[in-house]
Amino acid sequence: MTQSSVEKPNSYRALPDDRGHFGIYGGRFVAETLMPLILEVEAAWDAARADPAFQAELDDFLKHYVGRPSPLYHAARLTEHLGGAKIYFKRDELNHTGAHKINNTMGQILLARRMGKKRIIAETGAGQHGVATATVCARFGMPCVVYMGRTDIERQAPNVFRMKLLGAEVVPVDSGSATLKDAMNEALRDWVSNVEDTFYIIGTVAGPHPYPAMVRDFQSVIGNEVREQIMEAEGRLPDSLCACIGGGSNAMGLFHPFLDEASVRIWAVEAAGLGLDSGRHAASLTAGRPGVLHGNRTYLLQDEEGQITEAHSISAGLDYPGIGPEHAWLRDAGRVEYVSATDDEALEAFQLCSRLEGIIPALEPAHALAHVIRAAPELPRDHLLVMNMCGRGDKDVFTVADALGVTL
Amino acid sequence: MRGTGSRIARRFEALKAEGRAGFVTFITAGDPNAETSAAILKGLPAAGADIIELGMPFTDPMADGPAIQHASQRALAAGQTMDRTLAMVRDFRKADGDTPIVLMGYYNPIYIRGAERFSRQAAEAGVDGLIVVDLPPEEDAELRGPAAAVGIDLVRLTAPTSDEKRLPVLAAGASGFIYHVSVAGVTGAKSAAEGSVAADVARIRRFSGLPVAVGFGIRTPDQAASVARVADAAVVGSAIVERIAAAVKGGESPPPDMLARSVLGFVSELAAGVRGARTVPA
Repeated sequence: MTQSSVEKPNSYRALPDDRGHFGIYGGRFVAETLMPLILEVEAAWDAARADPAFQAELDDFLKHYVGRPSPLYHAARLTEHLGGAKIYFKRDELNHTGAHKINNTMGQILLARRMGKKRIIAETGAGQHGVATATVCARFGMPCVVYMGRTDIERQAPNVFRMKLLGAEVVPVDSGSATLKDAMNEALRDWVSNVEDTFYIIGTVAGPHPYPAMVRDFQSVIGNEVREQIMEAEGRLPDSLCACIGGGSNAMGLFHPFLDEASVRIWAVEAAGLGLDSGRHAASLTAGRPGVLHGNRTYLLQDEEGQITEAHSISAGLDYPGIGPEHAWLRDAGRVEYVSATDDEALEAFQLCSRLEGIIPALEPAHALAHVIRAAPELPRDHLLVMNMCGRGDKDVFTVADALGVTL
Repeated sequence: MRGTGSRIARRFEALKAEGRAGFVTFITAGDPNAETSAAILKGLPAAGADIIELGMPFTDPMADGPAIQHASQRALAAGQTMDRTLAMVRDFRKADGDTPIVLMGYYNPIYIRGAERFSRQAAEAGVDGLIVVDLPPEEDAELRGPAAAVGIDLVRLTAPTSDEKRLPVLAAGASGFIYHVSVAGVTGAKSAAEGSVAADVARIRRFSGLPVAVGFGIRTPDQAASVARVADAAVVGSAIVERIAAAVKGGESPPPDMLARSVLGFVSELAAGVRGARTVPA
């Protein structure tokens, strides 16, 4: 498979095209039963985003329920420790439910209500998107079914209990590898069986069009706030951005408002698991190749037969064999630098941040932090680096204790 | 190819002349292993299959219910590959030059091989049609072209959600036959009411002159007969695949011939249902 070479476009923010394509990526690769429904979601989304009343309602919930804007925080002790770039954290871990996921679920449930849908389904890996979906379903009194791989249910018990407390039904998925990709298959099977009344809240910038663009737009509140906040704090744009990527929604939300600022260097950090050479990782952009899964064409971890292979990461939220299609395009276009961090590097970063800043990060942004730790010392002191702290680490303390050989 | 037109077109013409609907069977290539699967495939025409759908196993069959998911997993665990699936067809063609074979599956294993290379290899093996579940008309040009170039029909799917606005999109560029998914759901799930199938088929016929095969949720000879009264063909998949699953439950696979005989016996019962459904064309 040859990689498409992308000519430098006039803007990196003009895609997707009207059929949902980012270059060769994206699109709508779904069963025909779902097509009329997906076209309906697209039409509803087009109408909603052009409606000031929709945006006003969303802004109100983001402010009073989610707790936005999240602070942009100068991590002074980490900056001093690394001795290079001036490091800022975008504190999206302070959102209600503890991660960036709710920026998107709030947007999508308002759209579902606008469309008159009566029932919500979602997939989840680490459980963060499941919790964020269960939360907004509780808030609006809508029944919620969350599909979660049996393997993930076992390693993320606290989030499973949170979802149940919030009134959601958590359905264990035993098919395939019993992880996130299988949960997404099962959610698609539910959707195709309940097309009349059900809205599928996808948790990342992937899936059939319009989801990648829609989720990106809901998450762009992150980057838009950073723009204002850094201007206020420093009077200029940042020199670089850094975020972790599993499906890629927190990264896309931070990056998108800056894609056309040529002076801003952008890093996205994939999970290298036990190492890229080990075969046990989740680095689909670094080590995968283009394919079609879950409604879109994008980079996938797969074998030479086109069968999807298992991803591995210590972070359940990055443990997915695909990536949002816009990231695939940005990779080929060379606009974003895709790097990776291993389980061990993330664990180191997790501990360093906890001790130096009093912030226990989720294992997902700990991957971004691992790259910051590598890159910052090489950069001058007047270099402004913004990293997205997209989730907090409470959910991960058992995993980390286990990895460090500590019995709780 | 013999005679005029494709094997698929000739088969539907012959069925029309006989005044009956066709019976389409689905099995997953390599399920539960290559030898048994080949034995079942070879016996299908004699058991009454008019057209054969052969599933290309995939790790993530998101439009399939548990029966066909497990069939895919059994086949992959037994080492099934695309080369082996194509070899099965090539082997089948040595003895049968008439029964159309339609490969059915998901796009990624085709895409990764390359649409042109795959189409060429499939045509050389004796494949007549393709059903690619996750490739709607908006995305299928990249396969439709190469397939058409080597005489392979890319079969379009319709669904209960296909309304008057959607059907013209599906009918434009369709070839071979229309595969109507009779229930909104996955394979092997609930069955559609006969009345709704008749209405769906009538609606499809307003937009396409191609034969209409109806599948999803057909499990018994009676249900197959009921569909055969209103459509050009009835498709049975999960119910056949479940016979294979039941036979290999517990781990040990019976001898290929024994398992094939048991599965083909059930196929004969279904075929009898279809053949007895009507005496005049619908």
